[in-house]
Amino acid sequence: MDAARRTILRDAVGVGVAVGVYGVSFGVLAVGAGASVAQAMALSLLVFTGASQFAFVGVIASGGSAAAAVAPALMLAARNAIYGLSLAPMLTGSRLARLLESHLVIDESTAMARAQDSPEPARTAFLFTGLAVLGCWNAGTLVGALAGGGIGDPRDLGMDAMFPAAFLALLSPQLRRPGAPRAAVTGALIAAALVPITPPGVPIVAAVAALIPAGLAARRMVAA
Amino acid sequence: MSWTAILLLAAASYALKALGAVLIGDREIRAPVRAVLDLAPVPLLAALILTQTLVSTTGAYVIDARLPAVGVAALLVWQRAPFLVVVLAAAATAALLRAL
Repeated sequence: MDAARRTILRDAVGVGVAVGVYGVSFGVLAVGAGASVAQAMALSLLVFTGASQFAFVGVIASGGSAAAAVAPALMLAARNAIYGLSLAPMLTGSRLARLLESHLVIDESTAMARAQDSPEPARTAFLFTGLAVLGCWNAGTLVGALAGGGIGDPRDLGMDAMFPAAFLALLSPQLRRPGAPRAAVTGALIAAALVPITPPGVPIVAAVAALIPAGLAARRMVAA
Repeated sequence: MSWTAILLLAAASYALKALGAVLIGDREIRAPVRAVLDLAPVPLLAALILTQTLVSTTGAYVIDARLPAVGVAALLVWQRAPFLVVVLAAAATAALLRAL
């Protein structure tokens, strides 16, 4: 393995380990909400998109039905469709390989791929990060689900502060792209305006409207 | 907890993830569209940072230990600290403030 791939692997493992820690908090919350260990594991293996899983067990923990918990979880999962579109040119294998790799389309793998400057390392970063997160997130979930309340309240350990910190670290290398700082600020402002008036998840998906100026600029570029 | 809801959520989540690969597939994407798609995760991540720092699980704005924790994370990101350091420092900051 060459030096560039080793660096990507090291970063991917770093992200995986961090995600594994909050995987523990997911396991604790899931069994606290009434999930069996098998159900907590099914969520982390098959749903495999953290924010949606937290929303799902959160609604159930606060007394909602499982059916009522699906809608907010899907709202939060909707951003993965946008990530999938962004990553599609990077999924280059056979049809089956592409469908399997699609399961790895999440915040962390997308951000690590987008932090690379060219397609080949970007694909490597997507795969390494996706697999590292899949492994660690599920290992963490298992530990948390088995330990249950014995670990204590994940909030007391500051685990809820790990998400925004992780996303900040993932966003920062992407801000070097032209237009990225403006897209970031606009996206945050759109979300901030929608938080009080829409259900959770909607402000995040709606933030994609921040790309409209970039889209219009690109069209002008083509027309010229 | 209902297995039906879990499996339904799993199927729908996967469908969302696979949408891009199915829609775009092998097709060549024009450069300007490409540029916009490349940028797509940026506003989403920014929106996530905002909501996960300032919004409670019930969907209301709240200022708590997460805000200073993210401030510490921002300083460390700016200083190019490794990912794991950033994330653990944020957790430690929030945990410490809540223990006080």
